[in-house]
Amino acid sequence: MSQELDSEQVSYSRRILEALKIDPVLFSLLIILSTIGAVLLYSAGGSDTALMTRQAIRLSVAFVLLVVVANIPLRLLKKISIVAYLVGILLLLAVMFFGEIGKGAQRWLDLGFLRFQPSEILKLAVPLVVAAYLSNRILPVGWKDLIVSVVLVMIPVLLIARQPDLGTAILVGSAGFFVLFLAGVRWRIMLVIGVMLSAMAPILWKVALHDYQRARILTLLDPESDPLGSGYHIIQSKIAIGSGGVYGKGWLNGTQSQLDFIPERSTDFIFSVFGEEFGFLGSVLLIGLYLVIIYRGLYIAASSDDNFGRLLAGALSLTFFVYLFVNTGMVTGMLPVVGVPLPLISYGGTSMVTLMMGFGLIMSIRAAKRFWTR
Amino acid sequence: MSQRVQLKDDYLESRLIRRRLVLSAVFVLILIVTVLIRLYVLQINEYEHFTTLSESNRVRIKALPPTRGLIFDRNGVVMADNLPSYRLEIVHEQVDDIDLTLQRLSRYIEFSEQDLKRFKQASSRRRPFESIPLKLNLDDKEVARLAVNLHELDGVEINARLTRNYPQGEHAVHALGYVSRIDVKDLNEVDEVDYAGTSHIGKLGLEKYYESELHGSVGLQQVEVNARGRTLRVLSETPPVPGNNLYLTIDSNLQKAAEEAFADYTGSVVAIDPRNGEILALVSMPIFDPNLFVNGISYANYNALRDSPTRPLFNRALSGQYPPGSTTKPFYGLAGLETSTISAGKKVFCRGFYRLPNEERKYRDWKKEGHGHMDMDGAITQSCDIYFYDLAYNLGIDRMSEFMYQFGFGEKTKIDSTGERPGIMPSRDWKRKAQGMIWFPGETLITGIGQGAMLVTPLQLANSTAALSQKGARYKPHLVRAIESSQTDIIREMTPEIVGNYEMKREQNWQHIHDAMVNVVHGLRGTAQGIRRGLKYKVAGKTGTAQVFGIAQEEEYDEETVAEKLRDHALFISYAPAEDPHIAVAVIVENGGHGSSVAAPIARKVMDVFFQGAS
Repeated sequence: MSQELDSEQVSYSRRILEALKIDPVLFSLLIILSTIGAVLLYSAGGSDTALMTRQAIRLSVAFVLLVVVANIPLRLLKKISIVAYLVGILLLLAVMFFGEIGKGAQRWLDLGFLRFQPSEILKLAVPLVVAAYLSNRILPVGWKDLIVSVVLVMIPVLLIARQPDLGTAILVGSAGFFVLFLAGVRWRIMLVIGVMLSAMAPILWKVALHDYQRARILTLLDPESDPLGSGYHIIQSKIAIGSGGVYGKGWLNGTQSQLDFIPERSTDFIFSVFGEEFGFLGSVLLIGLYLVIIYRGLYIAASSDDNFGRLLAGALSLTFFVYLFVNTGMVTGMLPVVGVPLPLISYGGTSMVTLMMGFGLIMSIRAAKRFWTR
Repeated sequence: MSQRVQLKDDYLESRLIRRRLVLSAVFVLILIVTVLIRLYVLQINEYEHFTTLSESNRVRIKALPPTRGLIFDRNGVVMADNLPSYRLEIVHEQVDDIDLTLQRLSRYIEFSEQDLKRFKQASSRRRPFESIPLKLNLDDKEVARLAVNLHELDGVEINARLTRNYPQGEHAVHALGYVSRIDVKDLNEVDEVDYAGTSHIGKLGLEKYYESELHGSVGLQQVEVNARGRTLRVLSETPPVPGNNLYLTIDSNLQKAAEEAFADYTGSVVAIDPRNGEILALVSMPIFDPNLFVNGISYANYNALRDSPTRPLFNRALSGQYPPGSTTKPFYGLAGLETSTISAGKKVFCRGFYRLPNEERKYRDWKKEGHGHMDMDGAITQSCDIYFYDLAYNLGIDRMSEFMYQFGFGEKTKIDSTGERPGIMPSRDWKRKAQGMIWFPGETLITGIGQGAMLVTPLQLANSTAALSQKGARYKPHLVRAIESSQTDIIREMTPEIVGNYEMKREQNWQHIHDAMVNVVHGLRGTAQGIRRGLKYKVAGKTGTAQVFGIAQEEEYDEETVAEKLRDHALFISYAPAEDPHIAVAVIVENGGHGSSVAAPIARKVMDVFFQGAS
């Protein structure tokens, strides 16, 4: 009797979620992850609820946007993708000419009532437009389509890298290239591009990178060479994570984090706080949680029944992975320090909103499937 | 269209994408495992190592500020050095309650609102284990009082640090500029890492312009500290690199003599070596003591300096813009000859006033009864205005400004200091942009005697005079002759840089102007013949008197009745020895009256000292 009631309740809430076009699995994983984030922010913020509260407000806004995006029909998304892309490019150009300069980079656009980074739009618009374009073409991708797509990706990437915002440029670039990869660019072609890129690397090193970006990469190779500057971040972050051990020092007990040794500890370096306070076990669980989210996204991509959905959901899930990999690689001293947050946990509104809207797209793709079995 | 539909094989394509999705899932797994292995290494393999670093013995990195480079004059006289002085500094991390500590401190020493404000600003930008200065330049009594009570003041330190000092005091202050406490605005403009530990930064003049040379680079110490943050031992040290030393083109003797020659007048003198653009003296009067600014000037002192009617903080030599008056006449004269608008021998009759055709208005000469028949030589030696009204009328404003630009009027000289202003060389274009109006013929006339909208800085005037003495070769004026590296013994000498090279159409034209300028000083009727007595060398010069306010038609200018503030500025430009110029001097004396009686004697004193030293 009671069992029957339970299952009825479950199916009732499931029906609500389905009506809202929400994937219950992905949705609950996201809720768990952002709750962990809020709890961690309480610790990183020095046992103060200020950061946590503000983050919670942003999270609610982001979740609402997720539902809104999930309810846009996939066919409409495909149609407006080019518009979103062009608007994004125009805004990037506007930033270049009228943008505000903060912390040495020109990224912000001030509309009077609202300040935002147009580069965030491109994080979604680039995979959207490339997926829309390639889904109408014959796959695997031929040379002509390849060139068109590469141009579509590289225009915003170069504009963003110029700001300079290496982190976002990497994220936008990888989102675009994942679509191409999934659309079946031949291995031979990828090999050729790979060789060309590595041949160009010394030139890019000299021309494309700013002094401070070069310094960060060099610092990675030898953190001791710059212990007061970016090397300091890496050294302190490694000490924090390493001293966490197997079980961690416990929530609110991270001495490194609490004593303010870790710079940017509530934003880009929040994983150091997590690693110190929850240890190796906690880190494995957290990364495991991320992995399940990524795999759920890839599964939705594989089960979608048109190419646009497959390409888009796949690319967005893989981009989410890039966030995770670049951030954890950076705080553990494997990758250079580029400004990429730990997704859904780092303090900050813009990336959070974009990420949630991305998951909204994935859910819209899932909802578009006519016969959904489990 | 139908063909495409046939070619697009949905089944094959979806299989391709799925294959790629599976492949990416494998990649993702591999990379995630890499991250986990990395975490395993950090948190399990190297756990001991990092725990030691984190808990028992904390390794700190301390910034060691570099010693600021010294500044010498051209003969090696020290203009700026560093003296040890005691500072009260606080390390935030070792303080439990900062307000309580500050309250206790106030029992032993006094510190101002300003000190406190700066301390709080700096605190927000530095790491908690860095020492942040609260009060600089403690005297012996303060040090003693604090030292005795240090046991109850955790986190409070008395450190001896090197602080900027200007041994010449007020002399050459406008050439040197000064350093002052670094503030938040400065920190935004410099590399914060390199300035970790640095308390002062160049705010003005050379000190600011050459900040990157003078500062040096930060050193660092890896130290082991105990739980209270006290240093236990130094693990490793990279010493700071001291800043580079500057050798100036300024001759401090000449500089002092020029400052003294001014007595109580306000104004400016700039002396340049015309052969290479080296500034020998750069004076703006009055002067003030830059040492006041080093340790944070008090509000009272600052207000006194700021509100003084003589404006000592204002660097007249670079930022003061004055009407050049008759000192422009040699240049316009040369313009007339070079454009063949007039010949040197042609005479113009001066009857005391000039009228434009079809205009009622009288443009008057400074000499009411007129000079009579004037050729070029007479017009320059006796400074006849009518001759130059006529010349300006015939030249036209376009050719005038075109010619003057080539001698550097109307643009910055790009001297290696801060705060320089460009002056104004009026033109049709300039007036349209600045005032939105067309050019009137009458303005051409008054521009022809260096009045009206035309403005120059003393530096510009000196540099243009130098260029005139070199027959058109104009150098970029500079204050630094050489930079001595603190690391190697390499001395980088500044090479003179030619920025304008006007070529005379006829050498004879220049000779006419030059001879007239020699006659200004050595001729019987020259306006500056008053300084001729006892001259052991030959000087070429030109006096000028610039109106501060306009005189209405028919009204008379009476020195006695005009308030001192509204009295004319006195000007004099000169170079010597006339046959082979080694020095060019421009003098502007504010409200000094006549160039001949006030400005020229100052130039003579400067030159006398210069040639005394040379011989």
